[in-house]
Amino acid sequence: MKLIISSVSGEPIYEQIKNQIRASVLNGELQAGEALPSLRKLAKELRISVLTVTRAYNELADEGVVQNIQGKGTFVMDKGNELMRNQLESQARESLAEAVRAAKAADIPLADLETMLTEEYQKLPS
Amino acid sequence: MTIDQSPMALSITGATKHYDSGFTLDDITFDLPVGYIMGLIGPNGAGKSTLIKLILNMIHRDAGEIRVLGLDNIADEETVKENLGVVFDSSYFIETWTVNKVERAMAPMYLAWDHAAFDGYLTRFGLDRKKRVKELSRGMQMKLMLAVALSHDAKLLVLDEPTSGLDVLARDELMDILQNYIADGESSVLFSTHITADLERAADFITYITRGKLYFTGPKDEFEESFRLVKGGPDDLAPDVKGVAVGIHRYETGFDALVRTEDLDKLEGLKAEEGRRWAPLAAEPASIDDIIRLTNVDGAVHAMEVA
Repeated sequence: MKLIISSVSGEPIYEQIKNQIRASVLNGELQAGEALPSLRKLAKELRISVLTVTRAYNELADEGVVQNIQGKGTFVMDKGNELMRNQLESQARESLAEAVRAAKAADIPLADLETMLTEEYQKLPS
Repeated sequence: MTIDQSPMALSITGATKHYDSGFTLDDITFDLPVGYIMGLIGPNGAGKSTLIKLILNMIHRDAGEIRVLGLDNIADEETVKENLGVVFDSSYFIETWTVNKVERAMAPMYLAWDHAAFDGYLTRFGLDRKKRVKELSRGMQMKLMLAVALSHDAKLLVLDEPTSGLDVLARDELMDILQNYIADGESSVLFSTHITADLERAADFITYITRGKLYFTGPKDEFEESFRLVKGGPDDLAPDVKGVAVGIHRYETGFDALVRTEDLDKLEGLKAEEGRRWAPLAAEPASIDDIIRLTNVDGAVHAMEVA
């Protein structure tokens, strides 16, 4: 798993960790059931506070991306999980909204945009 | 988070010390849970070293209670000292001692002295047993104190300005060692410093003392997130900014104001007006240094905020 922390981005470090782990789960780099590095190990390696990593892991658990199992560690949840689905859905919606903004700026009618969406959808294997 | 239920490495309640000079360390209360690093910060003369001397029972306490790993620091002083590792800003060893002599002098003081561990740290730090203390650079003297502190199975390290006068490599190495030290989840660190860059990333908790009083104690992220730095030109310092600012620094071409994050909504200047691309004011994250600097300018609000 790749994690890169920027101290000048202005984005809080726990958010950076959250976003990167969530992205790794969504793109399949981290598989369901896989263990995340232990809190203290990750804190040591990234040279950040244990509490910062704890917060990132706890918030990911609240979102349903991972699960904390007392005494064992933190594990990636199954993608079929409802909360995870919601995450993916809102991500899809966000990307579509962006596509619509671009289409409107270029005066592309809705019908053409729909055709483009269908084409893109069929390009990727399911 | 389960921090509230965890045992405390250090628990200070109402610690108070008056000096004849007029300085008072006034009613300091905070807890450091086991397994974490706490940075003790504040400007020079704030009372950081006084507090550390109270923890080590080096000066008389006028009021309050201090418990180290659950034990009273005075009633159980011997057990407490056995479990404490200490590093000061300058070497406390006799200057003419060799490194070897330092071990011979320090080892009998601790039941759990670990010769092999000490030897390992000497090798790791590049400390020569035959060298005299006075021949060592400032950084090497700090490492020698650290080697002693880490070689008797101490559960709490107390460091008083260990990084003052050290270059960036030595400071970096120290932070690495401290993070390794707490990785087992059973060891803890209290670390006073005015070089806040050392704490910016690795510290879990911050205790901020200024003018002898506690200003904040709690998770570092909470400390940084509770303030924002608002900036604007010389004509943008509106009454609403003055009203909520904790501290303001004015200069020829503008100002910096430290504002509590929850007060940001009250500032009209942060909202872009109709037909104008930019708002007159900008708000950005405040660093630990910004917070210390702007809570100590003339006219700063001295409200105590304890998490």
